[in-house]
Amino acid sequence: MEGLTLSDAEQKYYSDLFSYCDIESTKKVAANGRVLELFRAAQLPNDVVLQIMELCGATRLGYFGRSQFYIALKLVAVAQSGFPLRVESINTVKDLPLPRFVASKNEQESRHAASYSSDSENQGSYSGVIPPPPGRGQVKKGSVSHDTVQPRTSADQQEPASPVVSPQQSPPTSPHTWRKHSRHPSGGNSERPLAGPGPFWSPFGEAQSGSSAGDTVWSGHSPPPPQETWVSFADTPPTSTLLTMHPASVQDQTTVRTVASATTANEIRRQSSSYDDPWKITDEQRQYYVNQFKTIQPDLNGFIPGSAAKEFFTKSKLPILELSHIWELSDFDKDGALTLDEFCAAFHLVVARKNGYDLPEKLPESLMPKLIDLEDSADVGDQPGEVGYSGSPAEAPPSKSPSMPSLNQTWPELNQSSEDTAIVHPVPIRMTPSKIHMQEMELKRTGSDHTNPTSPLLVKPSDLSEESKINSSVKFASGNTVADGYSSSDSFTSDPEQIGNNVTHQRSHSGTSPDNTAPPPPPPRPQPSHSRSSSLDMNRTFAVTTGQQQAGVVAHPPAVPPRPQPSQAPGPVVHRPVDADGLITHTSTSPQQIPEQPNFADFSQFEVFAASNVNEEQDDEAEKHPEVLPVEKASDPASSLRVAKTDSKIEEKTAASVPANVSKGTTPLAPPPKPVRRRLKSEDELRPEVDEHTQKTGVLAAVLASQPSIPRSVGKDKKAIQASIRRNKETNTVLARLNSELQQQLKDVLEERISLEVQLEQLRPFSHL
Amino acid sequence: MAVCVAVIAKENYPLYIRSIPTENELKFHYMVHTSLDVVDEKISAMGKALVDQRELYLGLLYPTEDYKVYGYVTNSKVKFVMVVDSSNTALRDNEIRSMFRKLHNSYTDVMCNPFYNPGDRIQSRAFDSMVTSMMIQVC
Repeated sequence: MEGLTLSDAEQKYYSDLFSYCDIESTKKVAANGRVLELFRAAQLPNDVVLQIMELCGATRLGYFGRSQFYIALKLVAVAQSGFPLRVESINTVKDLPLPRFVASKNEQESRHAASYSSDSENQGSYSGVIPPPPGRGQVKKGSVSHDTVQPRTSADQQEPASPVVSPQQSPPTSPHTWRKHSRHPSGGNSERPLAGPGPFWSPFGEAQSGSSAGDTVWSGHSPPPPQETWVSFADTPPTSTLLTMHPASVQDQTTVRTVASATTANEIRRQSSSYDDPWKITDEQRQYYVNQFKTIQPDLNGFIPGSAAKEFFTKSKLPILELSHIWELSDFDKDGALTLDEFCAAFHLVVARKNGYDLPEKLPESLMPKLIDLEDSADVGDQPGEVGYSGSPAEAPPSKSPSMPSLNQTWPELNQSSEDTAIVHPVPIRMTPSKIHMQEMELKRTGSDHTNPTSPLLVKPSDLSEESKINSSVKFASGNTVADGYSSSDSFTSDPEQIGNNVTHQRSHSGTSPDNTAPPPPPPRPQPSHSRSSSLDMNRTFAVTTGQQQAGVVAHPPAVPPRPQPSQAPGPVVHRPVDADGLITHTSTSPQQIPEQPNFADFSQFEVFAASNVNEEQDDEAEKHPEVLPVEKASDPASSLRVAKTDSKIEEKTAASVPANVSKGTTPLAPPPKPVRRRLKSEDELRPEVDEHTQKTGVLAAVLASQPSIPRSVGKDKKAIQASIRRNKETNTVLARLNSELQQQLKDVLEERISLEVQLEQLRPFSHL
Repeated sequence: MAVCVAVIAKENYPLYIRSIPTENELKFHYMVHTSLDVVDEKISAMGKALVDQRELYLGLLYPTEDYKVYGYVTNSKVKFVMVVDSSNTALRDNEIRSMFRKLHNSYTDVMCNPFYNPGDRIQSRAFDSMVTSMMIQVC
């Protein structure tokens, strides 16, 4: 075959047709199938077709290669133009119009037609007026009245033509055909996935809308299906498909259209860049729809009931069936009522339909009412047009309950989110702490016995003297945490009875001193501690000077169990950390009595404390001092006690100093509890005994010694801390009791002293005068 | 899976009937028609108000050597009849039920369309597509 020169339009048209025929993409087309259809669509006599085939060489080759195909097409055009079929005529005939294929549509058209083909609605409701699409100038030029199906160069035509051809065997020519085509998209046989029935719509719509040929129509029309489709429609309406669907009418008009579209195809193609959204509603349209909606339903958020919508849309004079289909498409949630979005979509579809666009099989995305947070619910992609029954079933459900999938989708999200947010149980946090925390703090701070909440307490009770109190308070101040104070307060509480006023007083002081956070220790319990001693005022007790028997008596801490050694009474009394003076005086005697009393172990500590307190004095009143201090001092005193057991104040002072020094060290402060226990024990056991001082001191020392270790370890281990706290508390309790007892003893001792002095007076009358 | 699907109105006239084209459709029509008697039997036998979904599903109405006919009736006495090819892997009862459920849903959607007058032939494309999906499975 000689070379074939094709014009651009021809080239394009032919290539499209070839593509259409080349179903298998093998670059060669068998003689059967679409090629034949195509040729038949050319409305040429069979012999002519055969001749063409022969000429193009397909018969020789047995198939249509691209060149053969092109030649064949050219020959078709030649034949259709009336020229004799000659090989030479291929190139000789100038200005050969594109081969016309009845119902031939360019590929594109066919594609579109495919979507349309499914449209079974061939209602001729649309007047077949299809003003040639803009750019269909050629069509017009080509005098393409609807009747003349001038095959346009639009390549696409060919293919659609072929499928179309078949149905088209029947003489088409009714203007309907074209419209049918337009409807094809909606009909959609799944012969060809329709690129977008939408696009078809627009062209049709536009075509019909105003018979205003020209782009104006297009541009003005809102749902101009993607121009391409338009174009394609023009080019190659899937006439074939369409035709198959609508055998009858499509043909002429379709062909005409195709021709027209072919011509305009290019233009349209250019125009229709936005394939994306043929169904998009323009703003003005939207506004118009909204206004219409308001006329029916003033509330924009409300629904239009089905009956009202029916009446409204019936006015559009569309066939009921189509309206029914529109309803099916637009009623997204299938509730029998139209929301604003649904209404706009329906209106849009009605408009499109009136303009000639075929109804899509599925609601276009752009028309899909926006679901709450769902976007993928609409799997309805753009008009799949297709036809798809294949697609539809799957899609039907979604379209059916579009909202549901979306809801479902959202729900899982919600669920997930809820799961994510997942209930976080408020973790109960023990507030404990205050004690434990405080204790810990104490421990951390003091790191010594004194941290032990009980230690200071122990110290205190052991040291009935103010000094001890002061010491303890000082200790608190030194840094005991609230815990100490707290615990001290606890300890205080724990031994209401045992603790005399002094003790309580001390405790209260110590309690308050140590920590701010610590709940202020209970106010001095005047009475409970006085169970034994009877309501001696601590102050008065402390105020008692050594020389004042009454004071001493008064000062006697209530409920101090009479200790075996009345001589020792003063000791304990001395140890009361009441007043420095008192303490001093008492302390003076205490050392002596210390060894006698089993409590002495503790007392020794307190003695030292007292001494230190005395020395320091400032702490006397500052009973607020944390127990730590006294504890510390207790610890020190413990050691110092050993040293200065029988020491006088000086020793005490030194001891005080020592304790001060030792305050750092925690060792001396044996765990109060232990000494306390021992003390108590010893008290019980050794009450009758007097010489327990060493033991006591030793015990006390041991206690003190153990204490520091406890706090240290406790610091690390909360449980240990708690355990130590408990121990300290116990110790504290014991010490408090001891304190009360000692106070009682002191009182007794003082009484004895008074009696002795009286006797002395009697014995040496006037001697002292 | 269905070879033929029919929707029968209350008055026992078909609202929609569709068969696989390949087969001799008339035979299916006849089968559907005869099965209506069975449906009526079952309905009358029920007695109580047919509110229960299960009662909506009538089950196998009529087995032949080649086909089985299943029935389903709605509360408004609209009947769905489905002819299934026996040669297919025996469809489980649940599958049949689900198919009827889909039919029922589609029918409901058709009913919801204000443009549809009850008693008219069902021409809904969505309904068609749904039925096709059910039938295409056979193919």
